[in-house]
Amino acid sequence: MSTSILPPRMDRRTAIKWMLTAAAAAAVLERDAVGADPAMPAAKGYGTDPDLLKDYKPGAAWPLTFNETERATAAALCDVIIPADAKSPSAASLGVHDFIDEWISAPYAEQAADRKPILEGLAWLNTESQRRFQNDFVSLIASQQNALCSDLAYAPIAKPEFMTAAQFFKKFRDLTAGGFYTTPVGMKDLGYIGNVPRASFAGPTSEVLKKLGLV
Amino acid sequence: MPFLTNRKTQPSYDVIVVGSGAAGGQTAYTLTMAGAKVLMVEAGRNYDPVKETPMFQTDGQAPLRGAGTPDKDLGFYDSTVDGGWKVPGEPFTNASSDPKRQFTWWRARMLGGRTNHWGRISLRNGPYDFKGHSRDGLGLDWPITYDDVAPYYDKVEMLVGIYGNNDGLENTPNSSPGVLLPPPAMRAGELLAQKKSQPLGIPVISAHRAVLSVKQDADNIPAKLHPGNHRAQRILAEAMRARAACFWATDCGRGCSIKANYQSPTVHLPPALATDNLDILTDAMVREVTLDENGKATGITYIDRVTGEERHVSARVVVLAASSCETVRILLNSKSPRFPQGVANSSGVVGKYIMDTVATSLGGQIPALENLPLANEDGAGGIHTYVPWWLYSEQHAGKLDFPRGYHIEFGTGRRMPGLGTAAGLEWLTGGSFGRSFKEDARRYYGSFISFGGRGDMIPNEDCFCELDPTVKDKWGIPVLRFHWKWSDYELRQTAHQQKTFAAMIEAMGGKVRTPPAADPSTVIRPGGNVKHEVGGARMGDDPKTSVTNAFGQTWDVKNLFLTDAAPFCSNADKNPTLTIMALAWRASDYLLEELRKGNL
Repeated sequence: MSTSILPPRMDRRTAIKWMLTAAAAAAVLERDAVGADPAMPAAKGYGTDPDLLKDYKPGAAWPLTFNETERATAAALCDVIIPADAKSPSAASLGVHDFIDEWISAPYAEQAADRKPILEGLAWLNTESQRRFQNDFVSLIASQQNALCSDLAYAPIAKPEFMTAAQFFKKFRDLTAGGFYTTPVGMKDLGYIGNVPRASFAGPTSEVLKKLGLV
Repeated sequence: MPFLTNRKTQPSYDVIVVGSGAAGGQTAYTLTMAGAKVLMVEAGRNYDPVKETPMFQTDGQAPLRGAGTPDKDLGFYDSTVDGGWKVPGEPFTNASSDPKRQFTWWRARMLGGRTNHWGRISLRNGPYDFKGHSRDGLGLDWPITYDDVAPYYDKVEMLVGIYGNNDGLENTPNSSPGVLLPPPAMRAGELLAQKKSQPLGIPVISAHRAVLSVKQDADNIPAKLHPGNHRAQRILAEAMRARAACFWATDCGRGCSIKANYQSPTVHLPPALATDNLDILTDAMVREVTLDENGKATGITYIDRVTGEERHVSARVVVLAASSCETVRILLNSKSPRFPQGVANSSGVVGKYIMDTVATSLGGQIPALENLPLANEDGAGGIHTYVPWWLYSEQHAGKLDFPRGYHIEFGTGRRMPGLGTAAGLEWLTGGSFGRSFKEDARRYYGSFISFGGRGDMIPNEDCFCELDPTVKDKWGIPVLRFHWKWSDYELRQTAHQQKTFAAMIEAMGGKVRTPPAADPSTVIRPGGNVKHEVGGARMGDDPKTSVTNAFGQTWDVKNLFLTDAAPFCSNADKNPTLTIMALAWRASDYLLEELRKGNL
């Protein structure tokens, strides 16, 4: 494909990127001051022969990263993505934001690549909340949080100025869903009823077969 | 004779078996049941699936929700320990820097090797698969026919326990009556795929897998496998009774603490140890096969990974069953004035004709499977159904632009939710979040299907391995350097796979996640990635062009045998493990007979 004509919006998109304000920069600086590297954690992985029978809580395998503000913002965003409803509680009530902290704190390349975008994304969320609603994200009312996140919900149709934030939101939504649906509560919410020993495997019920047009 | 925790081997053995997986396990089993004194040498650590398998752990209990990492490539609960795409301190290299020309090598450093985590898919090669060159002029013929191997397929299937049906389809052999265990019922999505694929002429049938759908017949099988050998029968009957039938939960890739599926440490090794004819030395990295002045093998040299010392142990016969490429590496590293190119390599063929499986996948979403009533679809911890290659006559009539076939494995069902279960749904939801996202996650859970092709690769001159001239592992042993190139045969087959999967998804009323790739080289899995690497020391009729005879006995050194996949002459679409075990049993019977005759 020819690259001779660069549409103006490309330049604009590149130019926008993250607009770190003083407040967001301060959050990053604060972490730098205590020595954590936002690029790659110094901790060691769990090795090639970890204990597979142990129950690992976030923080058990390596130290976590979030400061108080980041942790609160992450929890609030988890709950915008997966709030409580009639069937199950919210993501943050199950500690999913701590799993996301574990994720960005992991000393592996795949997770480390998410570290900077997520830390910057959380900071951006507060900056944007301040800009639009003169409050931090955690203090916004639900309709304000939803309005903000609606602009980020689907990267392919996001406005150019929200493109980077929309990519952050996609990653954060995937991690929130992954964290939530791997808990017993989340599994039950989806209707997963396995992982129990049974005497036999009979295949689908007649009700299922009928619904699929297989009888 | 037990696990050598004191690390003291006996002065000499009848046979040394290098490796403890499908090949080493079967070889040691057959030999010790017949009374031979065997030392098994395994590079990795001891591993006990009964005590170590995380059976009911959920991803929520694992670091990173069980995601794969360089420490545990296939996920936290995959049974592989101390192995994967990279083994610390034990590299391999590639001659080319082009990723499409590189081979990637999966290794497991643990007792039982890859049998701990494998998919348990156990398909017989058919008659065509042993005579590819005679049929289409491509690749290599084996020096054996299906009929030579059929009795051993029966024996292995009875020993390890394989579920499946006899469908009588072309080049998809039946087992003898009474050999197979009943297959599990199909899941909802599998039944739907079966019905909707029928108009396309694509047969969806029960898979064959090494899982006990019912307990084995411990009263009758032992006498069939070991006629006249009452001690062996008694030991096997006891071992069979110690295995439970599948309880229809947990993924087989974790291993199985109730011994319901086949893995060498729970199926081959317990009876072999019970004969008192087997010593097992773990954490022992074999460097080379040693020879006497007459060119006969005298034993092996290994590095004790615990102490770092180099040791030697003697035997009348040496069997390499270390996995095909590791076996090749040992041969090439066993240099002597008699064999300057490596032992048993007077043909120069060692390292040549390595093959992997031709694989690509395509997934989609099936609206008919949305919002189904709750059902437990865990099943047998792996696939219940598959599609055998079905276009033999079209191919024969010249209607396809590639030779050889592929089978289709597919995943569907309301599986245990994981990190990815509700991830990346935007292509369906338009980016929902909040309560509508929770509704979407419920709606789409269990409605996805993914098809994966597993195809026959023609061996070629561009796919081989050799010793790297400079790189050594941490034990000072030269490492392998790989060369790889898919030919147009594989790439055209890949394109056909993609189109077929899209047609199947659409026939089910579904939407493909991504359209079939225009360039198959972008979607074919890299060489080695399916972990079905075979070849490198082919068997044949002619010592000038092959490394072993039809029994895996090397032409050059008559008391040196290869019983893993190194002697394979083709890589049929059928997954190699069952054939490895059948040929290992056949080679071991021959070895025993030659020992009895005093020929070794």
